[in-house]
Amino acid sequence: MTEHEPVTPAAPAAAQQAIPAKPLGPPGLPIVVNGVEQCMDVDVRTTLLDYLRDHLHLTGTKKGCDHGQCGACTVHVNGRRINACLTLAMAHAGDAVTTIEGLGAPERLHPMQTAFVEHDGFQCGYCTAGQIMSATALLDEPCGPDDAAVRECMSGNLCRCGAYSNIVAAIQHVRKGGA
Amino acid sequence: MKTFTLQRAQAVEQAVALAATSPTAQQGATVRFLAGGTTLLDLMKLDVEQPAQVVQLRDLGLDEVEALPDGGLRIGALVTNSVLAHHPLVAGRYPVLAEALLSGASVQLRNMATTGGNLLQRTRCVYFRDTATACNKRVPGSGCAARGGHHRNLAVLGTSEHCIASNPSDMNVALMALDAVIHVTGPGGGRAIPIGAFFLLPGDTPHVETVLLPGELITHVTLPPLPDGTRSTYLKLRDRASYEFALASAAVVRTPGGAFAIALGGVGTIPWRAPQAERELAGQPATEERFHAAARAALRDAQGFGQNDFKIELARRCLVQALKNVTGTGGQA
Repeated sequence: MTEHEPVTPAAPAAAQQAIPAKPLGPPGLPIVVNGVEQCMDVDVRTTLLDYLRDHLHLTGTKKGCDHGQCGACTVHVNGRRINACLTLAMAHAGDAVTTIEGLGAPERLHPMQTAFVEHDGFQCGYCTAGQIMSATALLDEPCGPDDAAVRECMSGNLCRCGAYSNIVAAIQHVRKGGA
Repeated sequence: MKTFTLQRAQAVEQAVALAATSPTAQQGATVRFLAGGTTLLDLMKLDVEQPAQVVQLRDLGLDEVEALPDGGLRIGALVTNSVLAHHPLVAGRYPVLAEALLSGASVQLRNMATTGGNLLQRTRCVYFRDTATACNKRVPGSGCAARGGHHRNLAVLGTSEHCIASNPSDMNVALMALDAVIHVTGPGGGRAIPIGAFFLLPGDTPHVETVLLPGELITHVTLPPLPDGTRSTYLKLRDRASYEFALASAAVVRTPGGAFAIALGGVGTIPWRAPQAERELAGQPATEERFHAAARAALRDAQGFGQNDFKIELARRCLVQALKNVTGTGGQA
């Protein structure tokens, strides 16, 4: 496919013909990252995770397994948490992405960040950005009130230091109205 | 990862026409549809999948869950696992499906993964995922490294000398027990495929996993209505309490008339319907003895390969407990 023409919905009779689909990327829709519009100009193979880290230099989002198994790369896309390692950057043209950098800053922490500090919800800190992005998304998800429900809803974020009990305590603190 | 072109289809017919240029819709496809991407991108990173063209489906709609006039349900192919699991019509009428979905993967993955994509989820066999090893499913005729290798998580039902890879999906097990129908649109028009005829046993062509033909796009899934008073449940056994694939699972649907629909997960090369077990239970009193008889019948043809021998007994016990749960006899588990 070398040329891209404006597309009108195909009639069924024309379905046998190869119809060019709308191209992605420049000059397509921008991606909005932490409220800032970005024009993506990257290799099509670039994951959203690598785009955030290597192209926008938003290195708070971490790469752990790169296969959707650890949750270190968790970001919000259009308000829902996903694994940034398992999705292509170009596939998100038109989407709004929030990373840990968009959640808070050292001088104005998000309540969940404050709670992680107060409850000692990390040790080495490598998984923490992903944990906090999951934890803040959880606040708006169907999740039961007890600790067991929080652990289930947080099972997509692994912590090799084993800070789990303090992470649950931090999340419950915020859910119960703490700041 | 091999490079590819990425396109965003604006109509179903357009996506179909693009994909119809692939010589196959199975392993080795040169055009792939991209929905949630949780399987496809993972396998592309491993070079297990090497499409030249990727067609993104996000602009096609296909993301609605609707009640049908007959009391059934219509699920768009792009409905995510999260949305489907928490939809009131699913949680209310088809708890086996909601429970199966919520037992699979993590919230992040369920926010990405879609109904159509999950129907096409690929095996977690480590040799399928490793291009340095032999795998008939990945490279037809190359052999099977799993039989003499690490196969603790692989199948005991529906295997062949060429492949013992297990189907890892939870959703598919529930859809099997619910007699779901898969609706596809292809170059020649649409067709409806009962899920019992959708998956293919490995036989001597383990690289052919479904009946899908080049260009065929799953547009939606329908569930038949269930009689009032039907109960259903999904029980999943695994190595850890969450975020893990099933070693064995059971989906059970019981109508007030005493008919059972039973499917097993984690143990079959395809999501495994167990009609022998259903016959053992039909019209019989719900007793533990009958449940054990049904479980024996379901696993009668099972064959282990050493490391996975334990799954045969585990699957029996899983089904017995699921039957207790759905009939309200014995303790919950």
